[in-house]
Amino acid sequence: MARLTIEDLKKIKDKQKATFSLREGGYRAKVTVHMGTCGIAAGAREVMTVLLDEIAQSKAEDVITTTSGCAGLCAREPMVTVELLNKPPVKYGDLNKEKIREIFKEHVLGGNPVEKYALVVGSETTY
Amino acid sequence: MQDLSLHILDIAENSIAAGATEIRIKIVEDTGKNLLLLEISDNGKGMDSKTVQQITDPFFTTKTVRKVGLGIPLLAQAARECCGDLTIKTEKGKGTTISACFQCDHVDRKPLGDICNTLIVLIASNPEIDFIFEHRKDDDVYTLNIADIRKELDGVPLNTPEVIKIIKDDISAWLIIANNMLQ
Ligand SMILES: Nc1ncnc2c1ncn2[C@@H]1O[C@H](COP(=O)(O)OP(=O)(O)O)[C@@H](O)[C@H]1O
Ligand code: FES
Ligand SMILES: [Mg+2]
Repeated sequence: MARLTIEDLKKIKDKQKATFSLREGGYRAKVTVHMGTCGIAAGAREVMTVLLDEIAQSKAEDVITTTSGCAGLCAREPMVTVELLNKPPVKYGDLNKEKIREIFKEHVLGGNPVEKYALVVGSETTY
Repeated sequence: MQDLSLHILDIAENSIAAGATEIRIKIVEDTGKNLLLLEISDNGKGMDSKTVQQITDPFFTTKTVRKVGLGIPLLAQAARECCGDLTIKTEKGKGTTISACFQCDHVDRKPLGDICNTLIVLIASNPEIDFIFEHRKDDDVYTLNIADIRKELDGVPLNTPEVIKIIKDDISAWLIIANNMLQ
């Protein structure tokens, strides 16, 4: 660890402990970015970077991100799956910075899937 | 793949798929030897010798979703294009180390690219994995050990936006210094 100090971490720890119970109960939304080779080559890292920025800016503490491997659909990369609690997963394709921002605001925060970018709603095995 | 930071992300995703709980990412830039080395090692499930043999064959992958494995062959190609090479060390049940070396000033050598965002994406999306990042640039060295940070956090999730931010700031600060050393 080069410059990152123990005090910085301790400050965050003390502050977060107070609001910690919020996250302990599980997450309201999970966003999975497909990080297979094709996805990465098509811009999946940038899509994830935008997501992380949006989560930080909106202080959406109940949204988590994860990555998955190849989804077998190279041509539609970058792809993302949005899962809201008790809702069927929605898979989006051909994403870029602007589209993922829109999906984050409308679907992840607002609860309304963005149909124009959706590939599949529900089962992962539709295609 | 535009730059080496994207290759690193891709190779680390293999480690995640292999069930690794610890992933080391090492970059060594040695101006004196005109050498750039990338090394990604994990404690995942490893590979048998047959898989290793097949792996540099671009029409091989053990996945059933798609027929061609691309990631490792692409990095091997990027290394060979600038007088370098790729090596795989692996033991079934123990783990895997992928190393790629490059002639640093070769015209075809891809730039390192955005190392910071590669690390942040990996760390934020896999908060349970112990990433260790080491970047040597001649006599200077930077290390980031997620296991140490997790210990300090004492139960606060690593993917808390504020935690991610200070990790990102720390890596960026180092990279600014490292890039200035270049000139
Ligand atoms: N770190 C690793 N641990 C275990 N197996 C691996 C690792 N890296 C690669 N492999 C195996 O080698 C195969 C080829 O990898 P790669 O060239 O990246 O293509 P892909 O990931 O698209 O299959 C993988 O499918 C996997 O079976
Ligand atoms: S990496 Fe191309 S479809 Fe999966
Ligand atoms: Mg791969």
